[in-house]
Amino acid sequence: MEDALNALNLGAVSGLRRLSGGASQETWAFEAGGKPLILRRSPGGFSMSGDAIGLEKEAALIRAASVQGAPVPPVVHVCTPADGLGEAYVMGRVEGETLGRRIVRDEAFAAVRPTLARRCGEVLAAIHSTPLEGLPQLPVSDAARELEKYEAIYRDIGDRRPIFEAAFRWLKDRAPPLETPVLVHGDFRNGNLMIHPQAGLAAVLDWELAHLGDPAEDLGWICVNSWRFGGDKPVGGFGDYEELMAGYGGGVSLERVLYWQTLGPLKWGVMCLIMYTAYATGADASVERAMIGRRTSETEIDLIALLEHAA
Amino acid sequence: MITSPTSLELIDAVIGFIEQRAAPQLKDRDAFLARVAVNALAAVRREIELGPSAQAAATQRLVELLGHEGDFAGLNAELCDRLAAGELTLKDPAVLAHLKASIVDQVRIDQPNYYGLKAL
Repeated sequence: MEDALNALNLGAVSGLRRLSGGASQETWAFEAGGKPLILRRSPGGFSMSGDAIGLEKEAALIRAASVQGAPVPPVVHVCTPADGLGEAYVMGRVEGETLGRRIVRDEAFAAVRPTLARRCGEVLAAIHSTPLEGLPQLPVSDAARELEKYEAIYRDIGDRRPIFEAAFRWLKDRAPPLETPVLVHGDFRNGNLMIHPQAGLAAVLDWELAHLGDPAEDLGWICVNSWRFGGDKPVGGFGDYEELMAGYGGGVSLERVLYWQTLGPLKWGVMCLIMYTAYATGADASVERAMIGRRTSETEIDLIALLEHAA
Repeated sequence: MITSPTSLELIDAVIGFIEQRAAPQLKDRDAFLARVAVNALAAVRREIELGPSAQAAATQRLVELLGHEGDFAGLNAELCDRLAAGELTLKDPAVLAHLKASIVDQVRIDQPNYYGLKAL
């Protein structure tokens, strides 16, 4: 791989290493000509989610969102087959932290933490303002279609989980219709947000689940319990709904955000099962894939709490 | 038949080996995977201790809820079908109580420190 990276003519490559995390895509850090860079690539062309838009489109969306003022990593090179790296792109390495546990708890982030929820709202507003003309072709999805898609996957996997059954039913009965579709990031949460201890939200990463859809989807997703890391505040563990909504600037009701916040753990729960299935079918033998199946129960406990309060 | 070492002792021994001997020599992704491996073994350990009584209690609740005998898988599938059809909902206190008790037991096995457990 180092030879292939050297052939990109970005400068002499050194310090190539695979980073932890990133369950669906490989992320490698390296230096080229002294510049800190990241290589993001699809492992062997196998897509775990089936939903991933592909890295070439990801790179195009990052560039489009950047024009709107959203903080994103600079795309340095989009790989072609001739580069011999598979589907991949190279981006600048943005300084900061993605680990939710640290962002929510560490003293180093205490000063910037109170600003984050509002900033998340502002950045989502910027992403959602991206003109749709000129974007690569993207899937369109609303709540009903998301539920249909994830229920089909769940049925196909064959687990019988009564909380999922109750949640699918409750959410399908209340699915809000799509009004004006916008560019939705699709995975805007702790883990995919690069947070700098002083500068705050420095880059929005991992655009593989981007699509056209309901703006409340992104606003609800950042409020899902699974990304709070013990923080007691609803927005990413670090902020309140009011700050998120004020940063966003209007146009979306809190009720709609709360609906999507309830859809969130159901979707994440099915995604955990999908990732586990990659282990069960032999596609990925890693202990990470096996063990993520056991995170499904956290989504069920969150769902029952949300549904109880909503009922 | 099997007296010692117990399965719990074997799990503890492997956790100890990974944490004290293997993990310090690993870095980057392998260090991360070693932590996941320890988490997996710890979940298996809790399942051996807590799983049988949790499933017995769940089966008993299902028998009362659905009004007939059966094994856990069959009763659980019936509950799922009736929830999907909207015949049973969370507005039924017995349904809600069963789902809450069952998922609390499961999360105590999978992730006992998950804060969603405290919220429920």
